[in-house]
Amino acid sequence: MNTHAAAEPLVTPGPETAFERPNYLNAAYGLRSWLLTRDHKRIGILYLISISVFFAIGSLFAFLMRLELLTPEGDLVQPDTYNRLFTMHGVTMVFFFLIPSIPAVLGNFLVPLMIGARDLAFPKLNLASWYVYNLGAIFTLWAIVNGGVDTGWTFYTPFSTSFSNTHVVSTALGVFITGFSSIFTGLNFIVTIHRMRAPGMTWFRLPLFIWSHYATSVIIVLGTPVIAITILMVAAERLLHLGIFDPKLGGDPILFQHLFWFYSHPAVYIMILPAMGVISELVAAFARKPIFGYKFVAFASMAIAVLGFLVWGHHMFVSGQSIYAGTVFSILSMLVAIPSAVKVFNWTATLYEGSISYQTPMLYALGFIGLFTLGGLTGVMLATLGIDVHVHDTYFIVAHFHYIMVGGAIMAYLGGMHYWWPKISGRLYPGFLSKLSALLVFVGFNLTFFPQFILGYLGMPRRYWAYPPEFQVLNVLSTAGASILGVGFALPLFYFIWSMRYGKRSGDNPWGAVGLEWDTTSPPPTENFYTMPVVTHGPYEYNREEVHNRMTEEKTLG
Amino acid sequence: MASLADTHTPGAHGHSSLQHQFDTMEQQKESSTLGMWVFLVTEIMFFGGLFLAYVAYRTRYPEAFAAASHTLDVTMGAVNTAVLICSSLTMALAIWCAQTNRRKGIVLFLLLTILLGAVFLGVKAVEYADKFEHHHVPGASFQFHTEGGHTGAEDPNLAQHTQLFFSLYFVMTGLHATHMIIGIAILGFLAFYAWRGRYDREYHNPLEMTGLYWHFVDIVWIFLFPLLYLLGAHAS
Repeated sequence: MNTHAAAEPLVTPGPETAFERPNYLNAAYGLRSWLLTRDHKRIGILYLISISVFFAIGSLFAFLMRLELLTPEGDLVQPDTYNRLFTMHGVTMVFFFLIPSIPAVLGNFLVPLMIGARDLAFPKLNLASWYVYNLGAIFTLWAIVNGGVDTGWTFYTPFSTSFSNTHVVSTALGVFITGFSSIFTGLNFIVTIHRMRAPGMTWFRLPLFIWSHYATSVIIVLGTPVIAITILMVAAERLLHLGIFDPKLGGDPILFQHLFWFYSHPAVYIMILPAMGVISELVAAFARKPIFGYKFVAFASMAIAVLGFLVWGHHMFVSGQSIYAGTVFSILSMLVAIPSAVKVFNWTATLYEGSISYQTPMLYALGFIGLFTLGGLTGVMLATLGIDVHVHDTYFIVAHFHYIMVGGAIMAYLGGMHYWWPKISGRLYPGFLSKLSALLVFVGFNLTFFPQFILGYLGMPRRYWAYPPEFQVLNVLSTAGASILGVGFALPLFYFIWSMRYGKRSGDNPWGAVGLEWDTTSPPPTENFYTMPVVTHGPYEYNREEVHNRMTEEKTLG
Repeated sequence: MASLADTHTPGAHGHSSLQHQFDTMEQQKESSTLGMWVFLVTEIMFFGGLFLAYVAYRTRYPEAFAAASHTLDVTMGAVNTAVLICSSLTMALAIWCAQTNRRKGIVLFLLLTILLGAVFLGVKAVEYADKFEHHHVPGASFQFHTEGGHTGAEDPNLAQHTQLFFSLYFVMTGLHATHMIIGIAILGFLAFYAWRGRYDREYHNPLEMTGLYWHFVDIVWIFLFPLLYLLGAHAS
């Protein structure tokens, strides 16, 4: 921990000898050493590559949709094509990018490092999860290449089972198979966090990143099997005409909605909880303070995991469910706002009187807090029965969940990638470009999605390829924002790859952060630690004296 | 650094089955046990979706479900229940043999478990064939003739709604049978390794984990049997 004083990564090259040390990257070479690896760090990198491909594919669909919506007339693509575009955008982004993003990349890499373990409990299962993910991806890619699906990512019955003429079964099978990869990851995390913690690493010394991954894993393990069986029923229904969801045969399409949202609402928390874990780490590290109300933030994660399973009916307010069910689901949905707000308040309280440095990861983290708050508050609006009926199936919904999933989950994912990239690669990325990317993402995001709140409130329905001319101005703004957002997302891809070869060496701990992952070398050795750590204190011991030292250091540098 | 080969590097405590990420055999065993229980939780949720569908439709069409249930062969179901419980016993005995270092006993009881599992699947196959003969397989050729006592007065679409019962019957028992087949395959590997002498008092994790799985599959059947076969039996 001799590099604590380093604050500005651009001026603090690590000791040149750092790279000569054996680490997980130079432990073995060749494709085989990657494809057969059981090292959680390498598997994290494999996942990074896979999900980046799917992020690019999903973004392409979004790009085409925004282009179509530039003009009110449906002039770029056929309505049928548009249906496929938004479906494939949703399927790839939700199941193949957002759900695995933080857990499978950053979680895989960091969970053993943060708790002081040599690896996850089941390394082979971990590798298997990556292969299973790709197997599912192949099914879905096959469907995409052959013309896609038009059911919406929600696969609502009876359209998906009886009427759609597109590749529902192969897409559904892809989602089904990929579900097992999340189950494997979640199971691995639960066992690892329970059984593999270093001596002295008690539950309340765990970093909040670990708490949020634990909560996420619980949701994955309880929820994913339900979507699996649901998708299996859809496929069986479609292939064999069983009648389970077919009203003609006595089946009930609404049963599908219940089963689907029983998973897919908690799935939102699978996406956002790991993001919250990342933000807790970033806020503490760049405000140089312990997280305010550590236990509240930790238990808030668990509370969200539990409450998340009780709110699925708020997706079905207009499905004809009873008004009593609607009322209960409405109240329960509002309850989720409490633990979420606890987190936001505690991050804010952590910032108060903190010694804040606006490094790239922190810019993303601050962006997250603002955008998540907006997404969360509109969520409370939508939990209100009256408002929901008014804006149901409009762009207001689209804007709301993109504030959570893009403004929340992706901002945190990028913030986390920027924070731990020196740990992952041992290299620094360009400071100016990365700050520019954070700014572009923030500005581009708001320009894309804030107009959609207004569009939705004015009544523009989602999932149409054309719209009345009076909505054009806001749609043009939205498309313009999407192009800025695209540049913001593309930049990190380039400079991360660039930095692997040309980036300055980062040293072990370029941020002067605390946490077991920063106690080991960058990149870490295959076994993670040279001497296995013994933990004697909590996760965020940023003390006053150190802050003072760092600030004087900054002055001399500046 | 041999990152590929180090999985089987003996750890500090020296047993050849200790994987590198664990410190002790005890930690390794605790981890795999917890992992298996978590996996079984996912299995419960997996079957849970089907049980929910079953409850929903049984509540909605009680007459059709009772009528359809009547066509199932309770004797075969009961025999299969007994067979499965016996297989759980032999599974437990295989583990007991491992704990007491009876290596031949492990192989014997594993093979017995496989045999009983195969008997279960055989009976199931006979029952499935019967469904095909009576056109009770959901789909284009599905037919259901109401018997005496079920006039269809309360449910005019009774015959159609029995198809829902048979849909669920096939999906639930089919999924259960798939689990049995996977279990039998795993037991086959275990029997082979046991014959090679891999398991003893110190190390028989895979046996215990497979045992948990096998008992779980058994319990699923314990729920399926009354729900599918004994429905409204008192009414006949």
